[in-house]
Amino acid sequence: MSSAPSRRAVSAPLGAGRLLAALRRDGHPVSLDEHLAHYGRLDLESDLIALLDASGLRGRGGGGFPTGRKLSAVAGARGRPVIVVNGTEGEPASRKDKGLLGRVPHLVLDGAAAAAEALGARHVVIATGRGARTERTTVARALDERRDRVRWRLATVPDGFVVGEETALLNALAGAPAKPSLKPPFPFERGLDGAPTLVQNAETLAHLALIARFGASWFRSLGTEAEPGTALVTLSGAVARTGVYEIELGTSVSELLAQAGGATEPLSAFLVGGYFGGWTRDRNLPLTAANGLGAGVVVALPTTSCGLLESARVARYLADESAGQCGPCTHGLAALAAGLEQIASGQGVERDRLERWARQVAGRGACRHPDGAARFVTSTLSTFQDEISLHVRRSRCSGSDRGILTDRSGR
Amino acid sequence: MNRTLRLDPIACDGHGLCAEILPEWIALDDWGYPIVDGRPVPQQLEEHARRAVKECPRIALRLDRQRTTGAV
Repeated sequence: MSSAPSRRAVSAPLGAGRLLAALRRDGHPVSLDEHLAHYGRLDLESDLIALLDASGLRGRGGGGFPTGRKLSAVAGARGRPVIVVNGTEGEPASRKDKGLLGRVPHLVLDGAAAAAEALGARHVVIATGRGARTERTTVARALDERRDRVRWRLATVPDGFVVGEETALLNALAGAPAKPSLKPPFPFERGLDGAPTLVQNAETLAHLALIARFGASWFRSLGTEAEPGTALVTLSGAVARTGVYEIELGTSVSELLAQAGGATEPLSAFLVGGYFGGWTRDRNLPLTAANGLGAGVVVALPTTSCGLLESARVARYLADESAGQCGPCTHGLAALAAGLEQIASGQGVERDRLERWARQVAGRGACRHPDGAARFVTSTLSTFQDEISLHVRRSRCSGSDRGILTDRSGR
Repeated sequence: MNRTLRLDPIACDGHGLCAEILPEWIALDDWGYPIVDGRPVPQQLEEHARRAVKECPRIALRLDRQRTTGAV
């Protein structure tokens, strides 16, 4: 069923249902007509960059960089800019960007088109990982429905954890290995084909599309002063309803659990911020970028699961996913993973040594992969001290490795 | 003019020559890779710093003027 797009003013979304408000219950993607009926047209007359600055929107891909400043940097560079929509979402536990592209693609596309218009860009590349076939099909159909003044290119890049790093992504789009390059130069000054390039996470562009419609004050009406707005969180682990949730920034872990129908078993700890995040036992922790929310992955670990075994598995994954270009990352992450594995198997490893290695690798790679891995390992060592003691004394604790952190089956 | 010594971690292969030439400014980590002091190089070490740059087999070191980082 299709109807002409509404010309009446559409009221701004109230409450935390902003990006996910128009989702269809049958799981089908929202069509352009449905999208416009829900959100109205995007007819921006004011300065988008000024609006973004006023809104306080920050990147939702993990970096948290102020979006207005990013667009300003591209605008100030020499040459006609290019826009790249980062829909790669390389972290296994994250599903929010795929969710947007697969179910409300026009929000992301609106944001990309608006950014292109503001920056005078004529080309927009939408980057997705190889495995995101369904999402690519949905985006292709959505593009067919539209008439924007830009040329769209739907691109496929390899799957992998570091592919989402902006220089790795640009290299992959240029047909080179999906490995990071040293910065500077930054993509905003020299990116795809040497052009000033705006690489923006899909969710960030979706927020941009709504800010362009409803304004900065509306955006700031939820969230905190320092971190306004809403954010998408992918929640997994021992909760009744795993999946992608939209929360006001500053929402506590326990409030998020309640939205998800509560815990299904007693919980031991929460991983906030995914594989580059940190563990916490504090249910009252506000979910914000300052508290390490990153790209929004939250995992609820049950007591039957051993945090040490689970973390050792993640540390090994992060070591394996290193691009292998920088010595400290290649060697350091392997050493950290081996260290956690040794502790987990009952061989005492000096905690001091692991902590020194974590300090040594941070900031010494071409990208932030070693920093994130180091943060995760350090957090594991401090949060699971009891489990570590048990493993050192008895080679195990009461929990087992249930693969909660690396489970990809939850949708 | 104060310059800083910058390392390209991708080019670097951990030969360690730089740390031999300039031990006051460059240490080696547990895997033999250089940890370069990021502050402006003191006047008295500048000649050694230039030598370290020149001798690096991977051309992984540079002496830079201070850059205002427009990090995004």
